[in-house]
Amino acid sequence: MKVVVSAMGSELEAAVSPVFGRCPYYVFVDTDNMQFEAVSNPAISAPGGAGIQAAQFVVERGVQAVLTGNVGPNAFNVLQAAGVPAYTVTGGAVREAVEAYKAGKLPGMAGPNSSGLR
Amino acid sequence: MIIAVASGKGGTGKTTVAVSLALSLAADAQETADLLFLDCDVEEPNAHLLLKPAIRRRQEVAIPMPVVDEARCTHCGHCAKVCQYHALVVLPSKVLIFAELCHGCGGCTLECPEKAIGEMPHVIGVIEEGAVGPIHFAHGILNVGEPMPGPLIRQLKRRIPSRGAYPERSEWGSAGLTIIDAPPGTACPVVETVRGADFCLLVTEPTPFGLHDLRLAVEVCRQLAVPAGVVVNRDGIGDRGVDDFCATEGLPILLRIPLDRRIAEAYAEGVPLVTVRQKYRQRFTDLYRRILALRRAQTPPE
Repeated sequence: MKVVVSAMGSELEAAVSPVFGRCPYYVFVDTDNMQFEAVSNPAISAPGGAGIQAAQFVVERGVQAVLTGNVGPNAFNVLQAAGVPAYTVTGGAVREAVEAYKAGKLPGMAGPNSSGLR
Repeated sequence: MIIAVASGKGGTGKTTVAVSLALSLAADAQETADLLFLDCDVEEPNAHLLLKPAIRRRQEVAIPMPVVDEARCTHCGHCAKVCQYHALVVLPSKVLIFAELCHGCGGCTLECPEKAIGEMPHVIGVIEEGAVGPIHFAHGILNVGEPMPGPLIRQLKRRIPSRGAYPERSEWGSAGLTIIDAPPGTACPVVETVRGADFCLLVTEPTPFGLHDLRLAVEVCRQLAVPAGVVVNRDGIGDRGVDDFCATEGLPILLRIPLDRRIAEAYAEGVPLVTVRQKYRQRFTDLYRRILALRRAQTPPE
């Protein structure tokens, strides 16, 4: 299955970004074979609505889970409406986050855990 | 003629200057042909406290919010691409609308290929209109919690008589004068207010704080191609920074108002400057004449 991790860089060893909407990169990872694709965040400098754009962006790419630090209320609404669950990562690299997710060790997010940055 | 009174920094005396200019010109019968005062500081309008107009009309201002008919919507996603503010998100079986990001432009409704988007008015504030003596007055009041002052300011500015209505304008005569009290700052509401003005009076104080924000306000005027001049309020305090900046930038200092305890006391009581210091009426009338002269000098003959 395909998941996305908010990241500071464009490879599996990059640190996980604690922010979802304005992270530098999204790393899309196939959990079956750890193949990945990194895409720079098109919404990183959006004046407003970055979380919404980011959520739409990852949903359109067919991810089945979002692994990140903090998700604002707007982005959370989009993910929830699209039926894509978010999981909380507190640190480490993209590869570690995906391994933890596969091992069922990441806590699911029940609601937005950030007020959204503007 | 549209004169905007702006500042960058808050509390420099925009409203004092705007109100004094209006009252001084209103007292001069020749200048009163059509004098409109607009308080565009819709987040905290306060010129009425000094002008004390009789309010005769209240009108709610609404922006159109999209409402999606899910029965007709094919979830093609076109509306989300049209929206510059990302107020709509289209998912495979649902459209999400983020009201706080919607600017009410109506683009999504116009562009929907299925005609599946209707509009519901969303009230963002009110406009109150009235008069004080020969001065027509209007101000906008943005509802608390509304993030978008722009549409309210645009509605307010529709009170300005159209340029075609005053053929004398080509002579830069006095008929059809609008004085606009702008919000502080340099962002969207200020741009919306100053855009389209014939002249911008920048009120500042001769301190590092006044200078810092004056620089930003001057940049706003330049980007909007609105000629500007400076009023130095509380003159005599602070340093020479503002004077030096104006000299370097070729910005005319059109009026200086010294720090005067009586003016401050009057302000604290809600009494206009020109009421307690009558000699300023002539100074504000002269200020207006200098603006007219500057405009004439900058307008190439046809």
